[in-house]
Amino acid sequence: MMSQAIPTPTDSTSSTARRDLHTIALLVRDAPGVLVRVAMVFSRRGYNIESLVVSSAAKSGLSRITVTSSGDPSILEQMIRQLAKLIDVVHAIDHTSTDHFETEIALVKLACRGDSRRQVLEIAEHFNAKVVDYAAESVILRVYGGSDKLDAMIELFDEDSVLELVRSGKIVMARALELT
Amino acid sequence: MDQKIPTGAEKLIQCLEREGVEYIFGYSGGAAMPIFDALFDSNIELILVRHEQGATHMADGYARATGKPGVVLVTSGPGATNTVTGLLTSNMDSVPVIVLTGQTISSMLGKDGFQEADVTGITYPVVKHSYLVKDAADIPRVTREAFYIATTGRPGPVLIDLPKDVTQGPCDAPFVDEVNLPGYSVPTHGDPEAIRQAAKILQAAKRPILYVGHGAVISNAGKAVIRLAEKLRAPIVNTLLGKGAADENHPLHLGMLGMHGTAYANKAVDACDCIMAIGARWDDRVTGKLDEFCLNAAKIHIDIDPAEFGKMVTPDVAIAGDARLVLEELIPQISAGDTEEWLTQCETWRKKFPLKYAKQGGLRAQHVLDRLHHVTGGTAVITTDVGQHQMWAAQFLLSESNRSWISSGGAGTMGFGWPAAIGAQLGCPEKTVWAVCGDGGFQMTQSELATAQIHSLPVKCLIINNNFLGMVRQWQELFFDNRLSGVDLVGNPDFVKLAQAYGVKAFRIRRPADIDRILTEANEYNEGPCVVVAEVVQEDNVFPMIPSGAPLSEMIIEKPKGKLAKPVGST
Repeated sequence: MMSQAIPTPTDSTSSTARRDLHTIALLVRDAPGVLVRVAMVFSRRGYNIESLVVSSAAKSGLSRITVTSSGDPSILEQMIRQLAKLIDVVHAIDHTSTDHFETEIALVKLACRGDSRRQVLEIAEHFNAKVVDYAAESVILRVYGGSDKLDAMIELFDEDSVLELVRSGKIVMARALELT
Repeated sequence: MDQKIPTGAEKLIQCLEREGVEYIFGYSGGAAMPIFDALFDSNIELILVRHEQGATHMADGYARATGKPGVVLVTSGPGATNTVTGLLTSNMDSVPVIVLTGQTISSMLGKDGFQEADVTGITYPVVKHSYLVKDAADIPRVTREAFYIATTGRPGPVLIDLPKDVTQGPCDAPFVDEVNLPGYSVPTHGDPEAIRQAAKILQAAKRPILYVGHGAVISNAGKAVIRLAEKLRAPIVNTLLGKGAADENHPLHLGMLGMHGTAYANKAVDACDCIMAIGARWDDRVTGKLDEFCLNAAKIHIDIDPAEFGKMVTPDVAIAGDARLVLEELIPQISAGDTEEWLTQCETWRKKFPLKYAKQGGLRAQHVLDRLHHVTGGTAVITTDVGQHQMWAAQFLLSESNRSWISSGGAGTMGFGWPAAIGAQLGCPEKTVWAVCGDGGFQMTQSELATAQIHSLPVKCLIINNNFLGMVRQWQELFFDNRLSGVDLVGNPDFVKLAQAYGVKAFRIRRPADIDRILTEANEYNEGPCVVVAEVVQEDNVFPMIPSGAPLSEMIIEKPKGKLAKPVGST
C-alpha cells in the first residue's frame, strides 16, 4: 500500500500543487454581507471556489478571507481588481507566486477493523497524522500541512474506507514583513 | 437641557439636509412611514411618483443633469423590489443615486413578515454598496458614507435598508463628517510615468483617435479633450453616454462610434493606429467582435476604475485616475502630431458617408429629431428611452454641452426616458428639457405624467410612435426572415387623449409639413408639461448598423438586398 512515490511529509510548503490553483488572501471589513459580495465576484465570472476560509484578523473590525480558485491567470488578475474594488475589501492579494507559508488541516474518518487498522495507523504515522478518535470500527485522523501532502495521504486510503472527510481549506501568510 | 432626542427617521432626514438634498423621489408605504413622517417637517421637497421605478429614474435623471446625487425613498417588499431596475440602470451607467428603503422591524427579518424582502440580498449585484442598518446610532455614519461612496470615484447607486424599529426608535448619535473606509480609495492624478508613456505613444501615432466615454462627462473633461485633440490634431469619437463631454459640433469630432454610430466614426476607429479611451469601457456595443477590434492599434486606457483594465481589452498603457486631471497632465507633453493625411482621410469619409434619411414617403423619426435639434438650438437637455428613437436621437441631436444628454446605455432600460426628464427638469429648472421616447418605453412609466403635471413642470415629451417595438422589429426583418414576433404594439392608446386625461397639454404631428410648427409651439409652452406625438412610418431601420458580434469592418450603411446571417454577439 505504501510506495516510494509518497512525498516526504512536511508541515509546510510554498509550492502550490496544482498549477492553475490560485490562493487569494483578502483583508476585509467585518461587515454584514462581505462574504456574499466576495463570493458573487467569483460566481458572476463562473469561477469555482475550491476552498474558503473566513476568520478574524489581528485588528478588531477586520476579517480574513482566504480563497483558492482555479482558472486563467489573466482573468483572475482582473477578478482580483474587482475584489479590491468592493468597498469592504481592504486588499486582495494573489499569493500563488509570492514567498509565503501555507497550511491546511484535515479530519479523516476511516472505517477500520483488524488488519486494515494497522495499515491505517502506518499511513498516519508516516504523515504525522494524529489519531484523535479511536472507536471500535473507526478512527479519526487529524493531519495538517500543505494541501498536496493532505491529498497524498487521503489518496492512499481505499475510497470506501473513507467515511467522512472535512478539510479546513488552505490558509496562507506572506513571509517576513510582506503583507498577506 | 430638555432637548428631545430625535428618532432615527428624524436624524436621517437631518443627515440628508446636511448633504444638501433638495428633492426626494418617493412612494410611501407601511415600513417607510416614520421617514415620511419626519419628511413632513423638512425643507426637502417630496416628489410623489406613481411607481417606484419612476422614482429611481427621476433620481437618476436629476443626478446626470446636475452631477448631484439623486435620492429615492420607498417602502419595504414590493416598494423596494420595484427599485431594482433603476438600481441596475444607475449602476451600469455610474450614476450617483441613494435609495432608502423601509424595512420590516428588525425582529421580523428573515421570518417572511408582511412586505418583507431581503432587499440587500436582492440588490447586491446592482449597487456600488449597500447597508442594512440594525442600530439607529449608525444612521449618521451610514448616511455620510453612502453619499461619499455614491459620488466619488466611479459613481454608483448606494442602497440603505432601514428597519422600521430603527427609524422609529431614538437616535442621539452625533453627525458624522469624516468617513473611515479603509477599503475604499479613489484614484485622482494618474501615475506620471504611465502618462509619459501615453504621451509618447500618442505623439508617435500617425492615425490617433480619442474615444470619449461617460467618465469624461462625469469628470467634466470635455474641454481638456478638445484641447488635446486640437493640440495633437486627432479626431474625437464618443460613446452613447459620452455625448456632450466634448462638443459634437467641433470640426475634429466624428460623432458617436459603435453599433449605430456614424459610418465615418467607425471607419476611423477601424483604421486608427492608436486609440485612447477616456473614461470609456470598451463596451460590446462599441467594439463589435473583440478579437478584430483595433487589432493593430496601440491602446491607452484612462479610467478611474482600475477593474476596467483588462476586462474587455488589455491596454498597452493603463492610467488609473480622473479623466480631466489625467488629460491636464498629459496635454503639456503633447505637440502637433503628423496627422494631416489622417484628418483628410476622416473628412473624406465624413463627406462620403453622411447620416441621411428620406424626407418623403411619410413622416420619419429621423426628420422629426433632426428638426427638434434645430428648434431647440441644440441647447436643450435631451433624455431618451431605449430603442430606434434613441439611436436616431443620438445621431441627429448633436450634444454641445456636458450633462445635456441623458440615456440608459449599459442597462438599456425601457421606461427610463420620461421619468429621467422629470428629474432633469427639477434639477435644471432654467433649462429646456425634452424626453424622446418610443411608444413602447413610454407606456412603461407613462403614469409619471401625473408627477410632471402636479408640479407644473415645463418638461416636454416627444413620443416617436410607430406602433411597434421598432428595434426588435428591425432585427427580425434583417436577421429572422421578417418573422415579426412580439413586436406589434396593437392596442396602443391614443397618446394625445392619454396625456389630456392627465390634464397634460398634447400635440400631434402627422405630416412632415407640421414638424417645425408643432415642435416650436411645444418648445415654447412652459405652463406645464406637454406631450408631442409623432405618428411616424411603421417600418424604418436605423443605419449604419454593425450587427452584434461582427467586426467594425462589416458595418451595414444601407439596407442590404440579401438576407443576413444571424448576429453572434450578445443581444
